[in-house]
Amino acid sequence: MTDATLHTAISARFARKRLLSFALPGLVLAYLAYVFVAFDIAGLGERVSLANAATLVRDTYSYKTHVTRDNRDASVEIAIEGERKGQYAPGTAPAWVTLPEGADGDTVIDLGKGHVVTFGAEAVTYDIPGYGRIVTTPGRGGVDAELPPGPVPDWISVSKNRLAVTTDAGRLTVTRNRAEVFRYALGWELFFFTLDSPYHAMGWGELASRAMDGEAGAILSDFWTNSMWRHGDVAWALVETVLMAFLGTFGAAIIALPLGFLAAKNFAPLGALRFAARRVFDFLRGVDGLIWTIVLSRAFGPGPLTGSLAILLTDTGSFGKMFSEALENVDGKQIEGVTSTGAKPLQRYRFGVIPQITPVLLSQVLYYLESNTRSATIIGAITGGGIGLLLTQAIITQKDWEEVSYYIVLIVLMVMAMDTVSGWLRRRLITGGGA
Amino acid sequence: MAEITGAAPRVRGIRETYLAEVRAKRLANLVLGVLFAVLLVGGFVTADARNAGGFWDGLHNILDFPADVIGEAWERAHLLPGYLLKYLPSLIETLNIAAASTLIGAMAGLVMSLLVTRGLAPVGWAVGPLRRVLDILRAVPEIVIALVLIYLLGGGPVPAMIAIALHTVGALGKLFSEVNENASLKPVEGLESVGANWTQRMWLGVIPQVAPNYLSYALLRFEINIRASAILGFVGAGGIGYDLRNTMSWGQGKFDEAAAIFLLLFLTIVVVDQISSIARDRLTHGARRGEAML
Repeated sequence: MTDATLHTAISARFARKRLLSFALPGLVLAYLAYVFVAFDIAGLGERVSLANAATLVRDTYSYKTHVTRDNRDASVEIAIEGERKGQYAPGTAPAWVTLPEGADGDTVIDLGKGHVVTFGAEAVTYDIPGYGRIVTTPGRGGVDAELPPGPVPDWISVSKNRLAVTTDAGRLTVTRNRAEVFRYALGWELFFFTLDSPYHAMGWGELASRAMDGEAGAILSDFWTNSMWRHGDVAWALVETVLMAFLGTFGAAIIALPLGFLAAKNFAPLGALRFAARRVFDFLRGVDGLIWTIVLSRAFGPGPLTGSLAILLTDTGSFGKMFSEALENVDGKQIEGVTSTGAKPLQRYRFGVIPQITPVLLSQVLYYLESNTRSATIIGAITGGGIGLLLTQAIITQKDWEEVSYYIVLIVLMVMAMDTVSGWLRRRLITGGGA
Repeated sequence: MAEITGAAPRVRGIRETYLAEVRAKRLANLVLGVLFAVLLVGGFVTADARNAGGFWDGLHNILDFPADVIGEAWERAHLLPGYLLKYLPSLIETLNIAAASTLIGAMAGLVMSLLVTRGLAPVGWAVGPLRRVLDILRAVPEIVIALVLIYLLGGGPVPAMIAIALHTVGALGKLFSEVNENASLKPVEGLESVGANWTQRMWLGVIPQVAPNYLSYALLRFEINIRASAILGFVGAGGIGYDLRNTMSWGQGKFDEAAAIFLLLFLTIVVVDQISSIARDRLTHGARRGEAML
């Protein structure tokens, strides 16, 4: 009889378990299917911009130099990434460009692998090995392109007013008003010095010897004020971001500690006060950092202070809650012991309570410091401050993906460094201080 | 008698070294405290100087914006229910981003955590490299991945979902592996002795032990991810954050609608926080009761 009841009970349990082990994955799958439809993931294929992806990937490890001919006066300009700050001074050029000797000579651009583009007085020609010579004579009537006989390959697009040739050596675009050649090269251009700096073309050895001769300051300042990469600004942005995290976290901890006492059952005898303090914490946490950031940026404008205060407000709520919970878990015996020596209330807190909760609080605060470095990056992207702002700017302008990758690397390094520092401090202060 | 007189100087010596040590420690603490205070004040002054508007100039304006928002919402309070309804789909999208990314992140994190726990990992040499992968996933702020993906995939919920899911893998992978380290290996050994393969050992031997803690951490992550998904919306990844930015655009602010969004977001966060806090309490409490029964 008992066996039979046991049997039915166990069978029922097994049935439930079996149902659960099928229903749970089923539910997850159903939800994912719903998300798949709701987010239109099937339509994602059409929205993906492969061209964007290709530029992004190529740009992160290479750069291009533009050689541009103004077809109206046949003048030639050479600029790295086509930017003013990367422009070669008139009369100077990279080794692969031969500038004309006289007033109306040819500019010869060697793209490598036998590809040669020539900017003549009238015509622009492109010699492609294995294909032939493309001659264009841009003028008022169009680009007037002459291709070698045969069908037009798909890497050439030609019309009356525009010719575009894309090969693995480079790219040539001719319109009525200008002809432009892109040549790609590996690396991050002008990372250390811009072209206007005298140290641009120097090797490490010469730089080192010049630094020894007393030019270290000038070299550093040329590097620091590099207008292409703005190392000085980037360093400041990193400092601002870390500053936001630091001020926000520790400011919140300092404010939350006394408030935590108010919200702890065993320290605040007044129920109403405790209730009020807890609701304040809930409110501060519930109004998310995003909303605090928006509200504060209206009052203080964009910058690191706004970010610090936004982190401070949100974390005061989190810390207040955590601190009050930690305070409720303190051991009463230590406090009794301190009281028995005739300690006054303040001394009781100082010697009976604080030593007990310090390790818990410190470890939480330091953990937040690391996580807030990430929040500060995000807040910076919203309010405009720190490395987050630089990153969004670089992405919005959509031309310098090497800068974007540079910033991403810096952000990852910064967060990891903060993680290491906070971990080190945690070990030092907690195990060292407690032992 | 002689013993006592001999002991007194020794006691005095101990006392003096003790006091000297205390003094040294107090001095060190004082120096640290002063350094900390200087850093804090200096940092505040620097931040203030580099901000567009100063702290003291802005302080009396701090209530202007909330007052504007509340005032406008109050004036058109009769429209508020309509707005709440209007932005409900965006809120659901934000919640879906958070839920889907938590789900995907937790599942991937689970696998990762088993791969990086010494003693459970099937491939010993992969533990170190995979841990570094988790570190990097954790270190990259969601916004970085989201912004890059928005450029590639266009705006919408998918970039946010992928970005948050990747971060979740890093965060939960680490937490789960810490849980795994405390799991008893006896069931695993038992299963191994009857010829279970790795998947079976993990699925039947480890997961049932740690599932409550996993769930508890995943719920906490869900709370965090709701906030993250709202923020990512603000930079163009869809959901309620995107609507918030549109209603808040400088110049043509529709503050009554912004107020409705604030309200929705606040209520959602508070409600989810409360529910998940109760659920987490029950999960860990239930686990404790289970242990006591054993």
